[in-house]
Amino acid sequence: MADEQQTVDEAEQKEESFKPSAPTSKLNFDGPWKYDEAPQSTAAVEIKDQYELFIDGAFREPEKGRYMTSINPATEEPLASIAEATQQDVDEAVQAARKAYEKRWSPLEAAERGKYIFRLARMIQERSREFAVIESMDGGKPIRESRDVDIPLAAAHFFYYAGWADKLEYAFPGRKAEPLGVAGQIIPWNFPLLMLAWKVAPALATGNTVVLKPAETTSLTALKFAELCRDAGLPEGVVNIVTGAGQTGSLIVNHDDIDKIAFTGSTKVGKIIMESLAGTDKKYTLELGGKGPNIIFEDAPLDQAVEGIINAIFFNQGHVCCAGSRLLVQEGIADHLVRKLRDRMETLIVGDPLDKNTDIGAINSEQQYNKINEYLELGVQEGAELYQSSCDLPEKGYYCRPTLFTNVGQSNRIVREEIFGPVLTIQTFRTADEGIAKANNTPYGLAGGVWTDKGSKIFKVGSRIRNGVVWANTYNQFDPTSPFGGYKESGKGREGGLHGLYPYVKLNPR
Amino acid sequence: MNSSSHSRDIPYPDIVPIDEVAVNQRVARLNSRSIKKESKVAALEMALSMIDLTTLEGSDTPGKVIQLCHKAKEPHADMPDLPTVAAVCVYPNMVSVAEKALRGTEIHVAGVATAFPSGTATLDAKIEETKQVVGDGADEVDMVISRGEFLKGNYHYVFDEIAAVREAAGDAHLKVILETGELQTYENVRRASDLAIRAGADFIKTSTGKVKPAATQPVTLVMLEAIRDFYYKTDRMVGMKPAGGIRKAKQAIQYLVLVNETLGADWLTPDYFRFGASSLANDLLLQIVKQKTGVYQSSYYFSND
Repeated sequence: MADEQQTVDEAEQKEESFKPSAPTSKLNFDGPWKYDEAPQSTAAVEIKDQYELFIDGAFREPEKGRYMTSINPATEEPLASIAEATQQDVDEAVQAARKAYEKRWSPLEAAERGKYIFRLARMIQERSREFAVIESMDGGKPIRESRDVDIPLAAAHFFYYAGWADKLEYAFPGRKAEPLGVAGQIIPWNFPLLMLAWKVAPALATGNTVVLKPAETTSLTALKFAELCRDAGLPEGVVNIVTGAGQTGSLIVNHDDIDKIAFTGSTKVGKIIMESLAGTDKKYTLELGGKGPNIIFEDAPLDQAVEGIINAIFFNQGHVCCAGSRLLVQEGIADHLVRKLRDRMETLIVGDPLDKNTDIGAINSEQQYNKINEYLELGVQEGAELYQSSCDLPEKGYYCRPTLFTNVGQSNRIVREEIFGPVLTIQTFRTADEGIAKANNTPYGLAGGVWTDKGSKIFKVGSRIRNGVVWANTYNQFDPTSPFGGYKESGKGREGGLHGLYPYVKLNPR
Repeated sequence: MNSSSHSRDIPYPDIVPIDEVAVNQRVARLNSRSIKKESKVAALEMALSMIDLTTLEGSDTPGKVIQLCHKAKEPHADMPDLPTVAAVCVYPNMVSVAEKALRGTEIHVAGVATAFPSGTATLDAKIEETKQVVGDGADEVDMVISRGEFLKGNYHYVFDEIAAVREAAGDAHLKVILETGELQTYENVRRASDLAIRAGADFIKTSTGKVKPAATQPVTLVMLEAIRDFYYKTDRMVGMKPAGGIRKAKQAIQYLVLVNETLGADWLTPDYFRFGASSLANDLLLQIVKQKTGVYQSSYYFSND
């Protein structure tokens, strides 16, 4: 009988844990003054019903005639049909890239290559609003982010690497940097055009040609970019875009005539790619998952740290490989900080990605939405305390409330595994050593943050965090001049900056 | 920080670290809020109701103050349903004039005191002036802190002075002007805010309007955060008044967004938030009329007080 009662209690508890928590604050963020809708117009945007493959400078139908449907995750409505590339399509794309590499692109004078890349950069800027709106419709990210972050940064990457094209002898003094050949590039769905820019810009600047596969849920901006390559008069075959799912990706990875693989995505797929590439002479860079520690010391500027924590985990719905998803707080300020954090979460606007006031948009796909919800359930099962903001969610579309888990341990799966959603776990530490130990106790090592008002502590702690990037008193800052990449299972190689040229060149004596 | 005087029993606030870059980023982020349609109309009318309509010139005359009070009562005759402003703010010698002109209305009379704007007078003179202003009918007193003493590190002096003025002001609402344009750093702004709040301020206020920069949004955000932390600790709500340099309706709305997302709806009333401004009122009216009629009117249609 007692057992039965307990089971009922547990069931009730479990059910309740998925209702938004009642706001605990005395602050009232639900007053009569509400912001009206401020939707971004989609009038200037043209999305076709069907998109083909971009091979050898032209759009062509896939060999097998198969198409996938791209869904708008905010409405669950189909946006467009996307071609699925199979073996023969990938072969043709690689052949086109090889031919372009040998005949047109690598023989071209470096300054001329630079001009093309500058042109692409300018054209992205000119059409930035169109790209931003499509990015938000296709991937669910808030228009404020696609407009202010994704697209400007993508253009900046092209500008930056365009500048390197004719200056490689200064990048590698005393050595001759030669291109590798054809680069196969596979990019994720969280920052579609930006990841394309990270991959394509350095490859073209160093004289390589590319076969790129965007993620199956977010192919549209890559295909728009293909239109832009065509409009820019880029020589045929220099950039080839083949759409498709994981199968298409594996065709690229295993293709004999590809010289280099650049992949951004999950650690799981990264491991499979590494296995496939073992024993081949292909160069590769992998930019994989993360479980970023964000360490807050008690002498940190707290109100600004709260903003940083919010930005670290809720930027792009938490679909960020370098997200600060593990909050480590010095114990003396933990209660105060969590209270501030909860209050701040109440002011986050979750909803229509195309509304200019939206802070958190839609989860990218149904699959990811389900995965996040599994983790929420798992967290509760593991005994963590779940807190969610009390915001209303739209009825249609894949939305997730911003979520905190307290009362968690280093051994919990929600602390160890990458959730890739708006879910933050909070742990406390007493000494800096303890904080550092917790930060490093993970197979990942991509990015993290340190918050303290004391400059010396930033360097002392920051240099002991085994992460490719450590931000100090800020988070999620990106710049094309700065290298980015991971330690341990977060990847291999660096993208961005001067370092981002290495993976695309052979260095020979002059 | 341990000595015998009464105020010294109160622990003085330590330096609260403030990251300037992040404060500015937060403000920029909040400025990207897009306030449209009904929410804009509501914001414009709310801002109008929060104005301390101010004239603080050496050339002020009773006639000018009386006319300003008319404007306060009826901002735009064509729209009788508009709210009145919150208060009229004048120099000490004009308090009785304003009090008479506003008698029978809900509009408060605010008198600046304590040797506004410089604050460089003896404590006795400041207390005397405060009593005079309240005696003449001001129910709100806008005092200035001694920035020289503050920057010297003489926090006890500043605290005691505010506490003494607080006492002299009796039941009148006390607004403490920090003159943030002279405080150099956001940390100082925070420290002065904490000091003023603990010494009994009902409102903390950025500026006299006589020093540049006057009110800025980042400074206001830092002050709002001080108010929030104090509220967390004590449950006492302290008001906020940015003053000086806020001339446009768009700026006013940005300030309201700042308050809305830092302290929430309970502060979005004239009891806890004010604008110290004069020309702002007309731009708000211009925008309100634009929202209702669809067209901008010539400035001739609005009274210039």
